[in-house]
Amino acid sequence: MRFETAGAPHVIAGFTVPRVMTQVLIALVPVATAQVALFGPRVLLQLAVCAATALACEAMALRARRIEARRFLADGSVLVTAALLALSVPPLLPWWLAAFGTAVAVLLGKHAYGGLGCNPFNPAMVGYAVLLVSFPLEMTRWPVPSFGAPWDAVTGATALDQLRTGLGQRLTMQEIFVLPPFGLLGDAGGQWINATALLGGLYLLARGIVRWHIPAAMLVGLALPAALAHTFDPGAHAAATFHLFSGATMLGAFFIATDPVSAATSDRGRLYYGAGVGALTWVIRTWGGYPDGIAFAVLLMNLAAPLLDRYTVPRIHGHPKR
Amino acid sequence: MSDPTVLPAIAVGAAFAAGMGAALGWAATRLRPDEDRLPEAINALLPQTQCGQCRYPGCRPYAEAIARGEADIDQCPPGGEATVHALADLLGRKAKPVDPQYGPVSQRVVAVIDEERCIGCALCLPACPVDAIIGAPRFMHTVIGSHCTGCGLCVPPCPVDCIELR
Amino acid sequence: MAPPGRFADGLRLESHKARAMRHRLRAAAAPACAVIALDQGRGDADPVVGPGDRVFVGTPIARPASGVAATIHSPVCGIVREIAQRETAAPAGSGPCIVIDSDGSDARDPRIAAPALESLGPEDLIARILEAGIVGLGGAAYPTGVKLATARERSVEHLVLNGAECEPWICCDDALMRERADDILLGTRIMMVTCGARRATIAVEDDKPEAIEALRRASSALGDDRLEVVALPALYPAGAEGPLLLAVTGLEVPHDAFPPSIGLLCQNVGTAAAVASWARSGEPCISRVVTVTGSGVGEPANLEARIGTPLAALVAECGGHRGEPRRLIAGGSMTGTALATDDVALTKAMNCILVATALDLVPRGEEMPCIRCGDCASACPAGLLPQQLLRAVTSGVTAEAGRYGLADCIECGCCDYVCPSRIPLTSRFRAARAEARALAADRQRAEAARRRFEQHQRRLAMQAEAERQAFEEARRLARGDGAGRSDP
Repeated sequence: MRFETAGAPHVIAGFTVPRVMTQVLIALVPVATAQVALFGPRVLLQLAVCAATALACEAMALRARRIEARRFLADGSVLVTAALLALSVPPLLPWWLAAFGTAVAVLLGKHAYGGLGCNPFNPAMVGYAVLLVSFPLEMTRWPVPSFGAPWDAVTGATALDQLRTGLGQRLTMQEIFVLPPFGLLGDAGGQWINATALLGGLYLLARGIVRWHIPAAMLVGLALPAALAHTFDPGAHAAATFHLFSGATMLGAFFIATDPVSAATSDRGRLYYGAGVGALTWVIRTWGGYPDGIAFAVLLMNLAAPLLDRYTVPRIHGHPKR
Repeated sequence: MSDPTVLPAIAVGAAFAAGMGAALGWAATRLRPDEDRLPEAINALLPQTQCGQCRYPGCRPYAEAIARGEADIDQCPPGGEATVHALADLLGRKAKPVDPQYGPVSQRVVAVIDEERCIGCALCLPACPVDAIIGAPRFMHTVIGSHCTGCGLCVPPCPVDCIELR
Repeated sequence: MAPPGRFADGLRLESHKARAMRHRLRAAAAPACAVIALDQGRGDADPVVGPGDRVFVGTPIARPASGVAATIHSPVCGIVREIAQRETAAPAGSGPCIVIDSDGSDARDPRIAAPALESLGPEDLIARILEAGIVGLGGAAYPTGVKLATARERSVEHLVLNGAECEPWICCDDALMRERADDILLGTRIMMVTCGARRATIAVEDDKPEAIEALRRASSALGDDRLEVVALPALYPAGAEGPLLLAVTGLEVPHDAFPPSIGLLCQNVGTAAAVASWARSGEPCISRVVTVTGSGVGEPANLEARIGTPLAALVAECGGHRGEPRRLIAGGSMTGTALATDDVALTKAMNCILVATALDLVPRGEEMPCIRCGDCASACPAGLLPQQLLRAVTSGVTAEAGRYGLADCIECGCCDYVCPSRIPLTSRFRAARAEARALAADRQRAEAARRRFEQHQRRLAMQAEAERQAFEEARRLARGDGAGRSDP
């Protein structure tokens, strides 16, 4: 009797790329819900526009590269990029800017380098950075967060904006913190977004989609300098909890910095990478020209990832301890 | 020029440039790669057939020529693609196919003496660069298969063409 | 008892061993026609019998000829039919085999007698174990006598018996440990005498409590305090030599050396039982315990089967085929080789025959690009970075592949198992390792040629120098300088 032949191993675990991406999308649902609740249904429009643009651009790029499109379109990776971008940009951003940003993310950030698995930079952050630098006004116009917000909302400063302006006006931290955008932990609306992102992130950790190294390192890398600075000069620096629950911190820690393709790949490398992202975020928030520094911090550490990989190769069993 | 930050900026820039220049100069002298070992390192990657197809009289002269920059890395047919890649890796250059003007890349061959035709003239013995042929005048010659590198230098001297490469 | 060292990476796999362990170990019927392969993977054996020769059970029929090989003995009593090419489990698909037709009498070679163990010293024991054709029965089939001799040379202190059996589906060692614990301990003590080890540890995974119990009972009945039984966490691949020795002793085998260099020797429990079997009766190695299992087998079981039995016959003895068998795997589901036909005969290296249906296999699906998730790195028991290794291997840069540890890959399949992009990493690394070995062999040949060439140059230079000196001498004589040279 004859049989088919194949290489070992003959069994494999159930993980597939589409399954990983689906889990990430599921973990983003709480964040999206919080944003819809606080900023209104425009967020859903952003998500739809970004998703549609992303799929269209991916299909176009695959056809131009003469690659069979079906399995790459079905893997969901481009939907994750679209979702992250849609949730990072202000809901009041004109839809065509969101589409433009997504197109840049997919075409320039991903396919120009070879598609899935080859991008040296986080595609969503490439799109975000291009938008931020090219359209600074529209990209910093956030609506005032209020539960059950209508379609057109009133715009106002975010907590990080207010922090920067307030420090510029020589107000002390205590005076700044009683102003409108500030809530219990951080930004009044932002703290909910960060809390739901944290929830989603813990879900991903529990399912084994994300490993703890990058999120933990990033949060420590952000909290530690913030706490130190706050201890030495409480009037001029915000506390660590503020930083952890404002802006896109949790989203960045669990969803953005953890993009495996553009991050370092060894465990030790990931710790340095995450710490670098956190520290750079704090630096940019404190002394840089932009209110939130996550996008640039991630892009800068993406540049460093190959070097980190080269110098953090773990010791192979049986080789001498260096 | 009345801006008070100009002079400090120039001073810092100049100091930085001076510091970097000093560091680079130190690195250039103290961290210089060992040039004397380069021909040896190149030779270690060559197949040691000593056949001369690269137009140099042996593998070591070819290695030295590569180190001097006179020869390219694609001149060794017995080494084949693997050797070109290894050399490209070592020297930081781009790999390319073996240049066909130096000979065809083929499978490993060894010389075999057809004993029926050998007349025992011993002309092939000195031709072998690795002394892989044993024999004496008017005695049967034979090639030690495991020592033969397939260079083919024994084929021309044989007056009865009894040596075959396979 | 907690082991001193542990390796953190490993997989918890579903063991699939319960069905086969339902029955007690039993002997399989001797084959009507035995087909014994001469190619032993690392070396070949040459036949010492020819067509028409009469052989008994245990008569030597082939001796090691090249490479590393073991003596082979006839598993049946009968007449040698022919020595011909038959389909085998070798990578080439076929090889020369000795085909023996059994006459059904199962008569043993009259020269076989139980050895007088007390009168045999360590070297004699090793020679007899070699002569008996005993090889490592954990799947590697390395001649045990050679391993013991090397261990003796290196003064091995600690013998570790591998009873881990970590791979799914395989449970022949479990059956042996439960039912022949005394044999295993006897074999262990004999091996300790041969290699000079002063203590022995039998390592068993903790998902085999009955086996551990049986071994502990036998050990305390024996009262030899040099022996101990240790339970290890049931992770795959705890039974691989490197991780096993690390878990039991806390020591790592250096990558460029073997366990005897750090005073350790590792043997499979099946090998120990084979040594014991020879010690009791003098019979050489002509059979082995093999697990016949899979969803494609009616009644999975562990059989003691003769070498040379066609696999189809073994499956038939276990209730025949069930459902729609898709693959016939020699080995377990992680490292086993898929065979094209069940006409192939049992060899000493096969520890499991897995007849897999669609229920036992997971379709790989299409391969996607590597997304650098790093799951493979956390699963790798050797501490490698498979994602980086894949990049090096795909781009063909052998130096970089070496730096990332291509030579240290044990081809266990863990990285393949967890990869979400479904990349066939193990096959790629296996191919790359074969290429790297060929390249290393080429380099060695080139190095030897270089040395011979340099010696050739030196010889020519010396000859030229000698000639020059002789010429100088002759010239001096001709000129009549007479510098102290008297006529003979």
